[in-house]
Amino acid sequence: MARKSFRQAVNEAISQEMARDPRVIVMGEDIAGGMGAPGEDDAWGGPLGVTKGLMPQFGRERVLDTPITESGFIGAAAGAALTGLRPIADLMFVDFMGVCFDQIFNQAAKFKYMFGGKARTPLVIRTMYGAGFRAASQHSQCLYPLFTHVPGLKVVIPSSPYEAKGLMIAAIRDDDPVIFFEHKMLYDVEDEVPDEPYTLPFGEANLTREGEDLTIVALGRMVTLANEAADRLGGQGISCTVIDPRTTSPLDIETILEEVRATGRLVVVDEASPRCNMATDISAQVAERAFEALRAPIRMVSPPHTPVPFSPALEDLYVPDVEKIIQAARTAMAAGGRKAA
Amino acid sequence: MAGLRALVMPKMGLAMTEGMVAAWRKAPGEPVAAGEDVADIETSKITAGYESPATGSLRRQVVKPGVMVPVGTLIGVIDDGTADDAEIDAFIAARQAAFVPAAEAASVPAPVRVATEIGPVQVLEAGPQEAAPLVLIHGFGGDLNNWLFLQPLLAARFRTFAIDLPGHGGSTKTLPGGNFAALARAVAAFLRARGIGPAHLVGHSLGGAVALALAPQSLSLSLISPAGLGAEINMDYISGFIAARRAREMQAVLAMLFADPALIGRDMVEGVLRYKRLDGVAAALQAIAAANFANGRQNTSLRATLAAIRVPTLVVWGEADRIIPAAHADALPASVRVVRFPETGHMAQMERAADLARHILDIAGM
Amino acid sequence: MQLSREDLLRAYRSMCTIRQFEERVHAEFATGDIPGFVHLYAGEEASAVGVCMNLGARDSIASTHRGHGHCIAKGCDVAGMMAEIYGRKSGLCAGKGGSMHIADLDLGMLGANGIVGGGAPLACGAALTAKTLKTGAVAVAFGGDGASNQGTTAEAMNLASVWRLPVVFVLEDNGYAESTASAWSIGGDPLVRAEGFGIPGVRVDGHDFFAVHDAARDAIARARDGGGPSFLHLKLARYFGHFEGDGMTYRAADEVAKLRAERDCLTLFRRRVEEARLLDPAALDAVEAEVAALIEDATRGAKAAPMPAPADLLTDVYVSY
Repeated sequence: MARKSFRQAVNEAISQEMARDPRVIVMGEDIAGGMGAPGEDDAWGGPLGVTKGLMPQFGRERVLDTPITESGFIGAAAGAALTGLRPIADLMFVDFMGVCFDQIFNQAAKFKYMFGGKARTPLVIRTMYGAGFRAASQHSQCLYPLFTHVPGLKVVIPSSPYEAKGLMIAAIRDDDPVIFFEHKMLYDVEDEVPDEPYTLPFGEANLTREGEDLTIVALGRMVTLANEAADRLGGQGISCTVIDPRTTSPLDIETILEEVRATGRLVVVDEASPRCNMATDISAQVAERAFEALRAPIRMVSPPHTPVPFSPALEDLYVPDVEKIIQAARTAMAAGGRKAA
Repeated sequence: MAGLRALVMPKMGLAMTEGMVAAWRKAPGEPVAAGEDVADIETSKITAGYESPATGSLRRQVVKPGVMVPVGTLIGVIDDGTADDAEIDAFIAARQAAFVPAAEAASVPAPVRVATEIGPVQVLEAGPQEAAPLVLIHGFGGDLNNWLFLQPLLAARFRTFAIDLPGHGGSTKTLPGGNFAALARAVAAFLRARGIGPAHLVGHSLGGAVALALAPQSLSLSLISPAGLGAEINMDYISGFIAARRAREMQAVLAMLFADPALIGRDMVEGVLRYKRLDGVAAALQAIAAANFANGRQNTSLRATLAAIRVPTLVVWGEADRIIPAAHADALPASVRVVRFPETGHMAQMERAADLARHILDIAGM
Repeated sequence: MQLSREDLLRAYRSMCTIRQFEERVHAEFATGDIPGFVHLYAGEEASAVGVCMNLGARDSIASTHRGHGHCIAKGCDVAGMMAEIYGRKSGLCAGKGGSMHIADLDLGMLGANGIVGGGAPLACGAALTAKTLKTGAVAVAFGGDGASNQGTTAEAMNLASVWRLPVVFVLEDNGYAESTASAWSIGGDPLVRAEGFGIPGVRVDGHDFFAVHDAARDAIARARDGGGPSFLHLKLARYFGHFEGDGMTYRAADEVAKLRAERDCLTLFRRRVEEARLLDPAALDAVEAEVAALIEDATRGAKAAPMPAPADLLTDVYVSY
């Protein structure tokens, strides 16, 4: 076991699965890089270097650079998955779903159902998301709620390097189409990551903190912030449970309900735009099924309903931070009735 | 200041760098005997009692419960009754001024993987190269970290090797077979790969049975709640360990191991879950359980083996063991030294590390 | 032409099956028994059969919203198709797909497709599987003149060219994208577009089974031999509307009648094989009668088959969830 970055964890997961299963291939723009160019092979290994080294290890036949043609290669990945490969397609920035969404939500997501159960579509689409990179409105969004909305897709949002490796291996071995979200700001975060292959289950939330007063649900990069907020709140006498759902489809709503019933208070932290995001979805489900357990209104910590701004001065205001989570937690604690004896 | 003794944050395990006082067992001014627990020390892995190094009274609690401090930090002061408050203040000030926390991780030995004929075996080695070899063999679902309290104590006198059995920890997840004899062959393969001749063997639970199967190649045997001496085994534990997926389920399962379940830390639970998620582990655990505990009972008796062996042998049992009953220590051959620890569960090597170390040194003739 | 008597009978049986199937669906749809909407392939039979005669079960095709013909030509069970169109549990897709999503993956039929232009990238994927696993299989992407203007088609053709995939793009240009004439909606020449991607193409009379068959044979052989993608531009016509219920007011008054009289692919086929004395009229008549019985059975069976159970609503969304 060694400390590995999120980037290394994803790379190692893919590499180990490619070594284990010859049907696993990767494809995407600049996934190796330098295709047809006079300079180095494997020049990039993906725009942020996540797939660096795979091409020299597995060859051009299994590490395929594509033209900039998201509809073309995401669709090809879906067709390849339908016919016996286990492709990992790199959609680079999730913002680019705009030019290939049909191939994901009308094709890959629905093969199994509309073909009467006969299809298997073992497809992984890796994609970067999230603000904080000064990448402005078209390279910073958190569009996982859109994918979560579509039946037939699984949506994975790992929060740490350990989680990333286990969830990626599970995604590759899964027989359904999986959208795998990688937060750009997490790539250099390090963690203890086992060298051996392992899997983390989809639809099983992880409790990163256990407390008694308040439940915080957070996704992806927000889990780190929620943990920090919980630790600081703990020092101030507010003990928090932090839930990382790991996957939004399937969503482990049962664990969330269980914790809300135990604490009576809920804060949901979601970096996605506030309308119809995971925070509203989780809040609605809790309100429907555990209303009687709530002792205070649910608080949602999300960005404002604007595109992601470019200027650091604005982007830093835009993204949820530890202070905003603490503030929401305090509001939740101050409101409503006391805990029943 | 001759009568003043410093209580410092102990290093419980080779990798421990910090810890906190979970609770003080003695109030300021209260008398305390050497070896009596003066505080509970909590690390991220486990909580353990801290035995007073001296007899006297606890004069100061320097560190409040719940505050994380580096190993070596002064946490309290014991006095034989001769010092006044000014002397104690000066003692504390001097200790604190002189204290430098150990550089993190600098001196922590790391486990390594050794290639053997049955695949890679992970081992954590500690102790002088020239000392007699001593091999620590964990139990079902365990790993070399089970020895984190005991190994440092033994490493002062032995060249210790804490290994991960096949199917466990960082070793190969491909079993050479699931029964005691197959696992013993795996340990023998490791000893050959490292060129280790006859060694003192310390085995826990399933690892105790493995050690017993290796008796002819041993210098001494220390068996902690070993398997193989009776039919009973707590299948709620075995099956629960295999089935548990979530932290709370696993916490409840691991609680069966200890007389005081509060000892189990979050990191221990998480560590076990992480191990169980590795490729091949589920199959390995099921195979071991099937080979040894089919139909809910231990199906191999090593009592005859125990009666036949010639090396000094120690059998240790916690009287509150809920995994394998302490009654399995009854009616053993007279040549076997039997020690029973009160208020101790299945994990004497963690629950009674210091006492156990003394008994092991004794049986090994050290 | 190197087709044996058996091949010719097979081709005729397949084309007749498509024609009679579609005419029956047309008639039954008018009674109101068939839910939803259907897009009929009648008139275009020479394309599906001419191409698919050159394919085996391991080869794949991606189809269109007008997919019944491709399904039958690729060997899909006609009774299962009809039951699917009626929304029955015994349908090829258990009643969950309907006319626009009939698929049989075991036969390499990757699905009709409700999205115009949806299929070409998928066919590239099937070709990539064949290339990566070295199975020797090829893929065919059927698409209409509407799809030819979609970005997916251009992206798929470029990708196929860049990756040198064993895929054949078949443009079934029936003259109308819904109600809009292809003569108006296609800028430039599709052959030149293909040429622009470095893909060799040929324009073929899509009413002539033999012309289609031979062109497809060459393109598929080229793909199978590692020669990369090809393109076929088939000029043909549909007899029915874009969908059933389309009054076809955008077409000339006598257009379809004239096509049926002069350019019908089944009539042309019969005339050709009879004149060349390859098949005698009695054998061809026997095929037609045999197919009529098949369609009758399929239709009766579909109507009598049970609907899906309520519990079926929730199954088959995921392999595991």
